[in-house]
Amino acid sequence: MEFDLAFIWAGLIAFAVLAYVILDGFDLGVGILFPFMRGEANKDLAMNTVAPVWDGNETWLVLGGGGLFAVFPLAYAVIMPALYVPIIVMLLALVFRGVAFEFRWRTTRGKFLWDVSFTFGSFMAALAQGIALGALVQGIAVEGRAYAGGNWDWLSPFSVLTGVALICAYGLMGATWLVMKTDGPVRTMARRMAKWTGAATLVLVGLVSLITPFLNPLYLERWFGFPNVLFSVMVPAAILVAALVFIKGLRDERDAWPFLATIALFVLSFVGLGISFYPYMVPPSLTIRDVAAPDESLWFLLAGALVLVPMILAYTGYAYWVFRGKVDPAGGYH
Amino acid sequence: MFGFDAIELARIQFAFTVSFHIIFPAFSIGLASYLAVLNGLHLWTGREIYLKLFNYWKTIFAVAFGMGVVSGIVMSYQFGTNWSVFSDKAGPVIGPLMGYEVLSAFFLEAGFLGVMLFGREKVGARAHFFSTLMVAIGTLGSAFWILSVNSWMQTPQGHAMNDVGQFVPVDWWLIVFNPSFPYRLVHMVLAAYLTTALVVGAVGALHLLRERTDKGARVMFSMAMGMLIVVAPLQIIAGDFHGLNTLAYQPAKIAAMEGHFDSHPEGGAPLILFGIPNAETETVDYKIEIPYLSSLILTHDLTSPLPGLKDFPADERPPVGIVFWSFRVMVALGFAMLGLGIWALVLRLRGTMYDRKWLHRAAVAMGPAGFVAVLAGWITTEVGRQPWTVYGLLSTTDSVAPIEAPAVASSLIAFIVVYFVLFGAGTFYILRLMNRRLEDRIPLTSIGPIRTAGTTPAPAVDDNFIPTE
Repeated sequence: MEFDLAFIWAGLIAFAVLAYVILDGFDLGVGILFPFMRGEANKDLAMNTVAPVWDGNETWLVLGGGGLFAVFPLAYAVIMPALYVPIIVMLLALVFRGVAFEFRWRTTRGKFLWDVSFTFGSFMAALAQGIALGALVQGIAVEGRAYAGGNWDWLSPFSVLTGVALICAYGLMGATWLVMKTDGPVRTMARRMAKWTGAATLVLVGLVSLITPFLNPLYLERWFGFPNVLFSVMVPAAILVAALVFIKGLRDERDAWPFLATIALFVLSFVGLGISFYPYMVPPSLTIRDVAAPDESLWFLLAGALVLVPMILAYTGYAYWVFRGKVDPAGGYH
Repeated sequence: MFGFDAIELARIQFAFTVSFHIIFPAFSIGLASYLAVLNGLHLWTGREIYLKLFNYWKTIFAVAFGMGVVSGIVMSYQFGTNWSVFSDKAGPVIGPLMGYEVLSAFFLEAGFLGVMLFGREKVGARAHFFSTLMVAIGTLGSAFWILSVNSWMQTPQGHAMNDVGQFVPVDWWLIVFNPSFPYRLVHMVLAAYLTTALVVGAVGALHLLRERTDKGARVMFSMAMGMLIVVAPLQIIAGDFHGLNTLAYQPAKIAAMEGHFDSHPEGGAPLILFGIPNAETETVDYKIEIPYLSSLILTHDLTSPLPGLKDFPADERPPVGIVFWSFRVMVALGFAMLGLGIWALVLRLRGTMYDRKWLHRAAVAMGPAGFVAVLAGWITTEVGRQPWTVYGLLSTTDSVAPIEAPAVASSLIAFIVVYFVLFGAGTFYILRLMNRRLEDRIPLTSIGPIRTAGTTPAPAVDDNFIPTE
């Protein structure tokens, strides 16, 4: 049986990255929206909607990085130095926001400092991730088995655009999450934020999607070549449906719908990226097969992943189930 | 920048970020197990004090764990950002091991952490205990895989090279269970347990110094000192075996640890207690030595040959001064821990363990000793394996990423500033949490029997024994 391990792994890594973007997306989003919320109690409540799950969410980022290292070591070895600055900024930003979850409860005088740290970290992490994505889409200079560009190649109007787009998209994710998980004033504030971030996200994602095919002839061929165009046209169509569900859910006060529609938006954008990239891992020069580790490595980890990933999904699901429903403001965790 | 080149800066950055990171796991591995024990004891005995202690340490755990998570994410990207050539070459072998760490350990910890911290009322006592257990198992699983990776880099086997210069796996069993792995794993897990025992003991002692009727402090102190007297001797034995293994596979490291420049082909090497190793003159100045003892410790006889640093080309020797001193710091602290454990045991048998202020003061002073010993131990093993990343096969200079010095220098400065400010604040909050009282005293009447039950009448005349309130 023809069984291409490298492509199975590409799918699994893509799944891990998507899981990260969705899961950490909403808790980064809560951080991004924090300064627009009024009232200590409301901020506490917003924080408590994500406190029990944030570090499980961030573990998917470790899997994304660790998985890339394990099964596509060459891609890891090329991408990390190429995106050195955004990656380091993201890591430091995640430190700022990660410590805030516990620190802000440990002090009253300094609480506002950790709220600032939480927002600043969330904002910078989203910006850095968006810029990293944009830089990867633009392409990375490779020579032999190493990155061949400079320290600032990642910086371009396009990568800044993707950075800003991701900030808005995470903000939208956070807002719709809060609509789903809270009642009262936080929900009211979140509904208003969802409208603004929703509109901004659709515009920016649209802009990024329009520019992307023209960055690289390969992308153009992928999207508009025949018969690809018959399939690729379905992506924007589905995004339109998601947008309608989002608007209707918000209007009819079906509080889970906007969040689910936003997840769909992320999944569809991700599929769009996949269409552009395939079969490349590091465009424009390294394919999935070029960067894959030997089959012995891929088999060894796949055997574990097939058992462990379903288990992870099961107990992660359990943790979300335990904290299901609207969060009770009186049930203070701390 | 500042006279450092890119590779030195990358080394400093890795050393800095990993040193900060190891502090948190060293604490949380032990503390997670301690929490599981407290939770289990509460479930089993129904005594309220165990739950109170659980909740007390749980908050401290949460703060430390959060810092461990964020400093750990940094580590999983440092290999790529600063050591990309190493990542490309060694990735096929060590990458999957780190993948297993994430899949089998990180997710387990993080998945159940929320339930452990916030979910007791929602899931009930049994499921809560189960969650705590899963967090503890996760921390240990993480130690298993990461030490396997580190050990393979120190004593590589089970691999071959492919035509693009990558290490490729041949036998996973040999890779995971490489020669130094069992020793390193045992040594590190015991170190984590010792570190936690010393911290818990110090907190218990602190509150006993303030109020010797503090019930929670008594339980903490008793459990910690009990742990110490069991684990400290085991650790010394484990360290000895680890040393034998290092002698077999990394003799240059042992020579640096011992400060032996000359080889001793006939055995009978002296143990240099102190001295100043001088790499230029290849001598140890001002040394104090004990004849034959080094051979006795390292080979367990007096006639087996022992290599010296001069047996290795100058460019394949580790920096001897750092290794020599960090090793001595670790060993000295190890014996100090044993001493504290013995002292507490003697007083426990006499029935005065909760009353002797000098014991409590010593326990407070020894609170950070575990962290210092862990750092000193890691410095010994990591500096001692230089100049190699994969021992004998891939040199550190051939592992570094093609990043220019200014970028590495700026990120290094950023890491230093951010880590000191944020983790400094975290340490402050942890210390403040440790300063909290449990506000649960044992009734004074019940102290009587404990006092008279002592095998020595000494406490009865000890001024310190009179309650201060």
